[in-house]
Amino acid sequence: MTDILLDSLPPAKPANYLEEGHTLASWLTTTDHKRIGILYALSITAFFFIGGIAIGIVRLELITPHGALLSDDQYNRLFTLHGIVMVWFFLVPSIPTTFGNFLLPLMIGAREVAFPRLNLFSWYLFVAGAVFTVYSVIAGGVDTGWTFYTPFSTLFSNSHVIAAAAGVFVAGFSSIATGVNFITTTHMLRAPGMTWFRLPLMVWALYTTSIVMVLATPVLAMSLLLIMAERFLGVPIFNPNNGGDPLLFQHLFWFYSHPAVYIMVLPAMGVVSEIFTCFARRRVFGYSAMVYALLGIGVVGFLVWGHHMFVAGQSPYANLVFSFLSFMVAVPSAIKVFNWTATLYRGQISFEAPMLYAMSFLGLFTIGGLTGLFLASVPIDIHVTDTYFVVAHFHFIMVGGTVSAYFAGLHFWWPKITGRMYHESWARFSAVTTFVGFMVTFMPQFIMGYAGMPRRYHVYPEVFQIYHVISSAGALILSVAYLFPLFYLPWSLRHGDRVGKNPWGATGLEWTTPSPPPKDNFPRIPRVDVEPYAYHPVGQSADTEGREPHRPQREDA
Amino acid sequence: MNLSDFTAEASSHAAAVDRLFYVLVGLSIFISLAVFALVLLFSLRYRRGSRAKRGPMPKFIQREVEIGWTCATFVLFLFIFWWAAASQLSALTPPKNALEISVVAKQWMWKVEQPNGVREINEIHVPADKPVRLSMISQDVIHSLFLPALRIKQDVLPQRYTYLWFTARKTGTFHLTCAEFCGTEHSRMAGRIVVLPPADYARWIEAQPEKLGLAREGEALYRSLGCSGCHATASTVHAPDLNGVFGRSVHLADGRTVTADEAYLRDSILLPGRDIVAGYEPVMPSYRGIVSEEQMIRLLAYLKSSSIKQGAEP
Amino acid sequence: MSEASHALNDPWSTLARQRAAMSFGVWLFLASEVLFFGGALLGYTIYRDLYPDAFRLAARETDIVYGTLNTAILLTSSLTMFVAERSAHEGFRRTSLWCLAATLALGSAFLVVKGFEYYDDIAKGLFPGPAFPLQPAQTQIFWAFYWVMTGVHAIHLILGLGILAAMTVLLYRRALPPQSPSFQGLALYWHFVDSVWVVLLPLLYLIGRA
Repeated sequence: MTDILLDSLPPAKPANYLEEGHTLASWLTTTDHKRIGILYALSITAFFFIGGIAIGIVRLELITPHGALLSDDQYNRLFTLHGIVMVWFFLVPSIPTTFGNFLLPLMIGAREVAFPRLNLFSWYLFVAGAVFTVYSVIAGGVDTGWTFYTPFSTLFSNSHVIAAAAGVFVAGFSSIATGVNFITTTHMLRAPGMTWFRLPLMVWALYTTSIVMVLATPVLAMSLLLIMAERFLGVPIFNPNNGGDPLLFQHLFWFYSHPAVYIMVLPAMGVVSEIFTCFARRRVFGYSAMVYALLGIGVVGFLVWGHHMFVAGQSPYANLVFSFLSFMVAVPSAIKVFNWTATLYRGQISFEAPMLYAMSFLGLFTIGGLTGLFLASVPIDIHVTDTYFVVAHFHFIMVGGTVSAYFAGLHFWWPKITGRMYHESWARFSAVTTFVGFMVTFMPQFIMGYAGMPRRYHVYPEVFQIYHVISSAGALILSVAYLFPLFYLPWSLRHGDRVGKNPWGATGLEWTTPSPPPKDNFPRIPRVDVEPYAYHPVGQSADTEGREPHRPQREDA
Repeated sequence: MNLSDFTAEASSHAAAVDRLFYVLVGLSIFISLAVFALVLLFSLRYRRGSRAKRGPMPKFIQREVEIGWTCATFVLFLFIFWWAAASQLSALTPPKNALEISVVAKQWMWKVEQPNGVREINEIHVPADKPVRLSMISQDVIHSLFLPALRIKQDVLPQRYTYLWFTARKTGTFHLTCAEFCGTEHSRMAGRIVVLPPADYARWIEAQPEKLGLAREGEALYRSLGCSGCHATASTVHAPDLNGVFGRSVHLADGRTVTADEAYLRDSILLPGRDIVAGYEPVMPSYRGIVSEEQMIRLLAYLKSSSIKQGAEP
Repeated sequence: MSEASHALNDPWSTLARQRAAMSFGVWLFLASEVLFFGGALLGYTIYRDLYPDAFRLAARETDIVYGTLNTAILLTSSLTMFVAERSAHEGFRRTSLWCLAATLALGSAFLVVKGFEYYDDIAKGLFPGPAFPLQPAQTQIFWAFYWVMTGVHAIHLILGLGILAAMTVLLYRRALPPQSPSFQGLALYWHFVDSVWVVLLPLLYLIGRA
């Protein structure tokens, strides 16, 4: 079990960032990256449950093949709501704006991000975007799917396309602002001695993600602006009756939306690297390879968007090029899976909740990534695109992957953020239930997808009912697994054990400062003199049984 | 309806896709199990406080292993790409002498036209063992024709023809459905593809209410819409001769040379000002809003036939 | 020097570092802006390649007089902005204020001219819709891009003017020291908006006029 150290904290000035002002105003006008991280965390949690309730109703409806609760239109609006909310108001911001905001300065030994006021502004942009989107839902919803394909979205849909698109448009600028902030912070605020190749992989992951956010999101913004213009002003841009090409929208949309999936998964990979090393007490296997893999995924991820359009009417030669590049982008992901596995070799492994969630990520990401090979193959993709096979694939990565990593990080850094430890048994129960619930929900979807069950279907042929019933049962299990932390985590704020600086005995700089940290993060800016994950001497393995790291990253810790 | 309506291997292409699929399934199971097994093995053997040997790490581990599995992964993925691409390449060229069937998609049904003019709704009858080419267009939004038993699908676009071709090897009735979200009743836009032995197909065609054939109906439209008024050689209006025009090279006024395919002919009827033929004035009126998709199919069928006579009476 | 130190913000330890960070951050933002306008430019390029004649016909209807006048105004405003930023950097508050005011005036003049131009365009019926005067139908696509791209550019200009006005007022009230790196950021942004116009000018006004 963990060895908890009790610090006695001096009472004179505010002990930590949470004590600096208790009013709502102090929170809403803060420029403290830690508080902004918490503002984001509350926002995205709300959206996670909104998107979750939407799909809960959908999965309930899909238990019967002919529809019992909803009309066609209501169903279409619900799955669209699920997609838009989960992609842009949960997954894209999730790890970067919560753990990224909270931890980036701490991990590099800085007091703040480069642009603290921009950081607060980016949260307000997120909220503004959320307001537009919530309005579009309350006003009756949008039914185009989260992909807004033209000409349905511009000329045919009788729903609140403009409001929803405007919401996403504004939220996109929140992404860009966060990206600019993180890149500048990483370049310019690293502590003395914190060279690039001493950065924790979480920082590299956030850095790469930020580059993708800055370069990809504006293209989404323009594609949404163009459909808003077409719908609102009547100007024909994708209108085929005027010579416009609906496929142009698809190219512009997917040029962002494919890198977007890397925005969603790269930070998760960063979290997993932090957790595997800590709970196996091992240096990460192949640090440089892990860095280059992150960068490689970020770059090549910009070149594969056409694999979403193999049957859209794209040239077959383009199909082959995009297929080839899609196989190539899978290579660095595979490297990372192997390296995480090898990191366990000769470790001293323990199985607290963060580790269970991280292992869950590893398994589910592996399966999801392998099914990407199916989709990269043109003849298979032609058959399974727009079926549940694709739905299962991306849920394995985004939910099995990113959401598991989010919960892993939530439990790992909870003591640092709150100063309290969560209840370990309940957390382990949630982790295991998540994995089981996930497999039950999404494995059947691969089978019915290959058998020909299309996606976005309200009613469906009866032969598929058994798969839908199993999947819906899994969704029920998953919802329990996700609801449980909503109880025991707040509970720990009052009743959890207080922790000291480093309850896990981890090596990062964030663990050398009190839990919760003071407003300025460090009493003195640390000087870094050692590589990350120094859990044991180089060339050795983890012989230590205790929680203290062999060597934290700062010389005076 | 049962599962075999979806999962039958109704063509040799379907069988090839299934082969690739099941090999990938096997590979995925193998790799997943390997990863799971290693993680499980390491978790048990190297759990905190276990007595497994740790100590100094083997010298060769890091670099060689890293390079090794990177190369192995790269080569494996390259191989899968090659296999998939090779089976796709053979499907790239449309078959010669294919039976041409037209499909018009609209919210929320499929309108099908057999070459002799027989119409179907939400059903396509095809002969087995003969190449069939579907020429598809949408009247409104993007749809997608999905034939699970043939393992093929193609988006159907407005104002632009897309094509799907196959040779069905199994007789029977299989599922047909829409696979691109197209609005309220997207999930109700389903139907059937009926594969008949060639003799039965011929008999079925004969048994339908009498139709002239698409080209003959197109000829009637050619006259009634006034096309022959200008395009006949006896006409006083100087208009290009359309006899045998389909597939010919056409020199345009701006210097380009294009092939007169379906897209070109369709644009010439609906957007005549777009590509003016060299040596002619842009006087042709547009038939947008006058010619429906079904009429367009018939006109094109007529233009494709070589039966346009010189000096046919208007 | 105390004014200069007034410009220093957390978390920066030196003004030089803060200045470098401002520059770096704004360039990153401009990179995203390049991709933002780039999406529209890609669409424009594709359609122009598909329908060159229609685009040439449609572009002839833009008003070259307004376009040239606005180009002159905007380029001059970049000059005044440049001088404003340089003099602020050196601590010349007065010069900077005058030049900022000039930039504000020129930027506003651009919008006024644009307003007149839009009015004329609408009077000629050049807004895509059923009453659109040109044939063939693809000319409407050109004009769709005209309205979207000049509109988005104008919105960028308005936002820039807002920030410029606010910073001018703060500088006047001595609430913002001239050495503040914010002026550098503003200038970079302003020059970018000007560059976008320089790209839009030939694409929207100069084709078809050879």
